[in-house]
Amino acid sequence: MDTLTRDRSPFTFQEVDPAPKPRISIRNLEFFYGETRALKGIDLDLPENQVTAFIGPSGCGKSTLLRVLNRMYDLYPHQRATGEVLLDGENILAKGTDLNRLRAKVGMVFQKPTPFPMTIHENIAFGLRLNGTAKSEIDDRVQAALKGAALWEEVKDKLNASGQSLSGGQQQRLCIARTIAVEPEVILLDEPASALDPISTAKIEETIHQLKERFTIAIVTHNMQQASRVSDRTAFMYLGELIETGETAQIFTRPREERTSDYITGRFG
Amino acid sequence: MQARMTRRKAVNALMMALSTGAAGLGLLVLALILAHLIFKGAGALNLAVFTQDTPSPNDVGGLRNAIVGSLIMSVIAVAIGTPIGILAGTYMAEYGRFTKLTKVIRFVNDILLSAPSIIVGLFVYQMLVVTLGHFSALAGSVALAILVVPIVVRTTEDMLLLVPDTLREAGLAMGAPRWLVIRQIAYKAARAGMVTGVLLAIARISGETAPLLFTALSNNFFSADLTRPMASLPITIFQFALSPYDNWQALAWAGALLITVAVLALSIIARLVTSKKDKS
Repeated sequence: MDTLTRDRSPFTFQEVDPAPKPRISIRNLEFFYGETRALKGIDLDLPENQVTAFIGPSGCGKSTLLRVLNRMYDLYPHQRATGEVLLDGENILAKGTDLNRLRAKVGMVFQKPTPFPMTIHENIAFGLRLNGTAKSEIDDRVQAALKGAALWEEVKDKLNASGQSLSGGQQQRLCIARTIAVEPEVILLDEPASALDPISTAKIEETIHQLKERFTIAIVTHNMQQASRVSDRTAFMYLGELIETGETAQIFTRPREERTSDYITGRFG
Repeated sequence: MQARMTRRKAVNALMMALSTGAAGLGLLVLALILAHLIFKGAGALNLAVFTQDTPSPNDVGGLRNAIVGSLIMSVIAVAIGTPIGILAGTYMAEYGRFTKLTKVIRFVNDILLSAPSIIVGLFVYQMLVVTLGHFSALAGSVALAILVVPIVVRTTEDMLLLVPDTLREAGLAMGAPRWLVIRQIAYKAARAGMVTGVLLAIARISGETAPLLFTALSNNFFSADLTRPMASLPITIFQFALSPYDNWQALAWAGALLITVAVLALSIIARLVTSKKDKS
């Protein structure tokens, strides 16, 4: 089993789920919108330096699950989560959790591009100033982040233009750059390419590929091809339950559950 | 079929004529008022209006004390009212969006927004003039500030609520604390609207007479002392326009023109600020 794990080639299927070292461990997670139970007993590991895709029909709880991982739901009344989400051995659902610190460690990119109402440079410097980056380093870090998000070539001559003046795809890559600039441990992507054209989508997927060397990534997507292209592991959710999780190749070629195969072959959802 | 089309066209023409006529009538009245004001006011405008104080009947003079008084009291009123209004509006749109208190404040604020300004004047008279024993510019400023607050509260809340939640979430997702997200992201996104609100409030108070009647009173002499009665343009206009003296009436026209031009200028600035936002 140990040799199997070490000897992983992308072209061979794993019979046994090798379960690599998890960065985030979710244990018996339940989520409520008021009285409505939106997540039911979720158990899931997000392995380090891998991309985990959450797939499933609309309303199945994928985005909700993502929003638990940085406790974004905390903003709204009547939303609560129970169970455990362990990040670096700490339960982030615990009461005393420092949300600002948590969110600095778990970055998020949203479905709709959300550039801040400031210049391209400021959009990225915002987070860097927050975590106390020295003034002299900021310009370099901004450049590195823009390169990391494959946006540098397009904006290097207009760093002082408004972030909102960019195209949708560029705005989304700006948001990715802003997120990676502060060096989080985990990046959450909530349908990051759903509002973008195929070329921008390809660029974002390319970026995700490069990012997983440095970060642990969770991505919500409605696009099966995208899930199979970018992710190492896939979790299929349905009606608030985690139906099946495993290596992406296995989920897409030999799913264990009938509901999974029905969904990925387009029979429902 | 043909008959129905003809009828539709006729009704359309009639409705269009009625709408255009109504719009034209409104504009005509406005134009007449402005023309009359400019005709009468411009004739009375001269350098002395700005350099000399209000004269005795049938004497030469200007409106210096009233202009300066109005400026001083408006500035103080805005200085008091704007921070309170912005902070309250921020509470309602950001921190306390889901609380009962916000609903109560919104309801009370709407009442305050439409409260007759003479009531505000009487309230301040009771609170500051009776207790202190004399009329004062400070009391006048407070009365005007009470008129500023609800306008600024309303526009601040409305403009902040227009800022999409996704933008706030994006800020918080960076690990920024709430106050920083509000100050650096929400305020920036809502800035044009919030500035417009303050400008509207200034425009509103610059013509108010009733709240000053029982508070700042008026003063025939130049005074910058906040603890004494102070002259203001609206009250001077009120006083002079009702007088039988020609020179006082002429000064009232000049004052009315000044206020109108100032309010017009503020409205234009407000427009420019807003349209600048639309472009970006």
